[in-house]
Order: sequence, then C-alpha cells, then structure tokens
Amino acid sequence: MADVAIERNAAPRTGRKRASLRTALKRKSTAAFLMTLPLILLILLLVIYPAFYSLHLATLNKSMQRFIGLGNFQFLFKRETFWLVVEQSCIFAITAVVFKALIGFIVAHFVHNIPAKGQRKWRGMLLVPWVIPPAMSTLAWLWLFDPSYSAFNYLLAGIGIDRIPWTGETGWARFSVILVNIWFGAPFFMIMYLASLKSVPDQLYEAAAIDGANWWQRIWYVTLPMMRNIIAITTLFSLIVTFANFDIVRILTAGGPLDRTHMFATWAFRIGIEGGDIPLGASVSLFMVPILAIAAVFILRDINKRGNES
Amino acid sequence: MTSTVVIDKAAPTRPVKLRSMSRDRTWALRWSYFFLTLFAVFALVPPLYMVITSLKTSAEISAATNPWWVYHPTLSNYVELLTSNQFLTFFRNSALVSIFVVTITMLISVPAAFALARMRFWGSATLATGVFLTYLIPETLLFLPLFKMFVAFGDLTGIQLINKWYVLLVIYPTLTVPFCTWIMIGYFASIPKELDEAAIIDGASWFQTLTRIFIPVALPGLIAATIFAFTVSWAQFLYPLVFTTSTDQLVLPVGIVTTLIKGDVFAWGQIMTGALLGAAPPLIIYAFLMDYYIAGLTAGATKG
Repeated sequence: MADVAIERNAAPRTGRKRASLRTALKRKSTAAFLMTLPLILLILLLVIYPAFYSLHLATLNKSMQRFIGLGNFQFLFKRETFWLVVEQSCIFAITAVVFKALIGFIVAHFVHNIPAKGQRKWRGMLLVPWVIPPAMSTLAWLWLFDPSYSAFNYLLAGIGIDRIPWTGETGWARFSVILVNIWFGAPFFMIMYLASLKSVPDQLYEAAAIDGANWWQRIWYVTLPMMRNIIAITTLFSLIVTFANFDIVRILTAGGPLDRTHMFATWAFRIGIEGGDIPLGASVSLFMVPILAIAAVFILRDINKRGNES
Repeated sequence: MTSTVVIDKAAPTRPVKLRSMSRDRTWALRWSYFFLTLFAVFALVPPLYMVITSLKTSAEISAATNPWWVYHPTLSNYVELLTSNQFLTFFRNSALVSIFVVTITMLISVPAAFALARMRFWGSATLATGVFLTYLIPETLLFLPLFKMFVAFGDLTGIQLINKWYVLLVIYPTLTVPFCTWIMIGYFASIPKELDEAAIIDGASWFQTLTRIFIPVALPGLIAATIFAFTVSWAQFLYPLVFTTSTDQLVLPVGIVTTLIKGDVFAWGQIMTGALLGAAPPLIIYAFLMDYYIAGLTAGATKG
C-alpha cells in the first residue's frame, strides 16, 4: 500500500518540475526514491504480487481455466489427509519451537557460565548445525536413520535395544523430523539468547545476590524479564520458519509413511508441482497465512515499540 | 565481602568463607562443561558421521562392521566426485548463482538502506517496516504462484526462464534483499549524523557520501550482509527444486538429492561426500569470519 502511495506522491512532483529535471534529480526525496526503486519493484513484483496471485489461483480449477470460487477449499476440508497435515504442522511447529527455545536457553546459560576465553570455541562448535545447509545435513540424518544400516540402531543394539524404525513408523517418523528440526534450529536460539544474556548488566545479578536470591530466582526475576523481548521475537520468528519448513521433511520422509509427516509446504509441493494441480497446492499453502499474520502482528508491535523508544 | 579482610595487607588471598563459594563455582563449571560436551556431541555427530562415511568404500558401508569406525580409509569418493563432470556442473551453477545473487543483493539493498536510513522521504518509515515484513514471508508460500508467473511469462514473451539456472538470479533476491536491507538500515542508522553532514558541507554528493563515508564505516555490517546473502543462496533448496529439472541446470543441494539418490540403490559414500562438499563453502566462511556471521545472525532482532 505504502509503496504505491510513494510512487503516486513522487510522480506529480517530477511532472510539475519537468522544465528543470536536473533540479528535481538533485532533490533529496527524488534521489532517495530512485535509490529505493529497485527494492520497491522487487518487493511489488516478486513478493506482493505473487502473494495476491496465489489468492486468485486458489479459486481456479485444476486446468486453471474455470473460476470455482471456494471449491478447492471445500474439496480440501473433505479430505482426511488435509486434517492430518493441519495436525502434523501444529504438532511439528509447536513441539520443535518449544524444545529449540528450551535447549537454546539452557545451552546459552552454560556457555555464558564458563570463562570468557573458552566461550568462543564452544559457541563455534555449537553453531555448526545452523551453518550447514539444511538439505545437506538432513542427508546425514537420513543416513543415520537408514532402515537397514542405521548407525543409531547399531549403538542401541550394543545396549540391547531392538532396532527402531526411525522413518518407517508414524510415531517415530514424526519424532525424527522434529528431532532434526530441533538439531538444526536450537543453535540459532542459543546464539540469540547468548547475545542478550551478555547485555544483562552484572549489577542486577549482584543486587539479586545481595538480596539472597538463589539461582532459580535470579533466572526468574532478573534474566527472564531482561530477555523477554528477545525471547518473544526469536520464538515468533522461529515459529514462522518452522511452520513453513520444507527441506527437512521433504528429504527425510517426503511426507511418508502414509502422508503422516506432511507439512503444509511439502504437501503443497506434492500436489502443486508433482501432482500438477497448482491451484489446489496454492490453496494448501494459503493455510500458512493465518499463523504468519498473527506472528507478524506481534513482531511489528515489538518493532514499533522499539522505534518509539529510540 | 572482601571488606572484612582489607586490614590484613600481608594476606591478599581471599578469606576462608569465600573458599566454599569458589568450590560451588568449580562444581557449577564442571557441570557446565559436562552438559556443553553432551550438546556439542549432539551437534557434531551428523557432520562427523558424514566425514566417516565419506571415507569408506561401498563395500565397507554395506558390510556388517562398526559403522562409527573407518577400517580402510579411502579418498576414492572425493576423487570420483571431483572428477565427475556432472558434480562439477552442480558446483559451478551453485557458485555462479550465489556470486551473482550476492552482487545483485548488494546493489539493490545498500542504496535502498542508505536512502531509508538517512534521506527521510514520504513513507520511508512504513517502507522500512514493510521490508522487514517481507522477510517474514516464507518461500513455501510463494513458490507456486511464482512458478505459474514464470510459466505465463514464458508463454507471453517467448523467453523461457523455467529450467534455466539463471532464473534463480531473479528469484533468490526476494529471500536476501529484505533482510540485508534491514540490517544495513540498522548499521547505517548507527553512524553519527555529523560524519555525513561534514561530507555534505565539504561538497560531497549523496553518492559520494555513500561510497566514501557510509560503505567504509559500515563495512562490518556489509560483510555480515554479504555472508548472509551468500549462505542463503547457497543453501536454498525449494526454489531450485521447483524451477530447475535438467541435470545440467541444477544447483548443488538439489543436484545431490536428485541425482545421487538413485531409486533404492543408495550410494551413501558418495552422497555423504557430496553433502560434505556442498556444506564446505558456508563452513569455511563460518570458520574464518565467525564474528561477522554471528553479527549478521543476531542483527535482525537486536538492531532496529
């Protein structure tokens, strides 16, 4: 909206001063507008337009020639797989984000605890999962979970536990995709929390210690309130990314067994690209919008608040 | 706590009371190290297992030996992949895409961030927030309409972009530009105003202010943004999977997943080697520029 308004605003201004185009170009606002023009065009053409275009697509039939209104949605609501996907997406996103946040918080504390000169080394090692492209690391997990050569099962056999069907059985497959997502995402939380832990003034902890606070009270009454903003924004951000996850599920299970691990993204890909039904796929991926909108509202509020403070 | 012992100047060591506290600290420290080791093992097992498997022959992989140990290490997987034309094509495509995308991203986002941070114009604040919101839109929401758009574009103009690696140069900036602009706004905004005012008084144009003052001063931010753009475009998996299909147009992640996994005959030694080589560029950058990498990572939420 705002982008359109800018164009409208700038156009008459340059028009009025056409006689002296050079002075117009020297004007600060014109120069600024020209500098942001590529950005505005990129966002309008390749983000905003496709977003609305997918709304339009969702109302078409498979061959994209006939308008069928909400027909695609009616069709989806009647399919059992759709409700499985909704269920799995929610389970996946919530469980993974909670565990990522918890593990990140705990690990950040441990790293913060040790002497400063060793922290760099540990931080460096713990961030490795985040650095490897997820498509590549998921291949390693796929191999670790291999039905017949699983290296985990080899270790488990050593302590007398039967082989586990990591990706072959609904419960275990769901566990596996969540585990890989936690492995990949927890370092991000760790690094964010570590950065914000370091910004908590030491005096607060000293004051708490003088007041006789134990470690739990120090976390609850000092650390958490100071980190509240970062925790909120990191969790919301991760919720969006996790909810829209594609790489890990696609490579690890491809939605199987029996569509039990499909997420919105992987199912939309299956229907839209592999099945050739782009409108139905677009309708599926549109179901990611509500969660996105909610998270965006909260993040926006946080950013505006910060903008007012500064 | 030290106030009670200040009188005794001959004994600068801490009093007895503190010794139990320091013992508490050593124990806390030991527990920290213990759990950190556990988490580090969890974090490093998959990459280590990649290395272990990549050093094995197919015969050793399928033999019922200990999978966690290499009995006959060999580099044959590496030699095979690095001399295979197909793999080198993937690598070249990935490198070209990433380098071009980084360049395009910087050319778009640095001037835009400069304008948004310094040259206030009507709607600039809204645009800055809008840029950040665009960053939150996941690619999984846009790939279908984008795919359809490019098909329609091909039908309309006759320029067939689908199934060409350079189509990714048009699409990837939607992932990189918003975030890079956002963190560059943060870095540019933190430069004191007096600096560019001085330059303007000395007769510098806006362009000169940008290239002579802002870019050199905000260089750490620029490096962080560059690293971010590179790692994102190197790791992207969904878009190339959707937009490219012929083997000579694939980028590395998709190439490895679609060509090395042949049906049920998994050549795991080669897959792991390929995955490791695919993970190498981001890992190398991370190893040498860790601080910039982390600065870019945390900038999104802590600046603004």
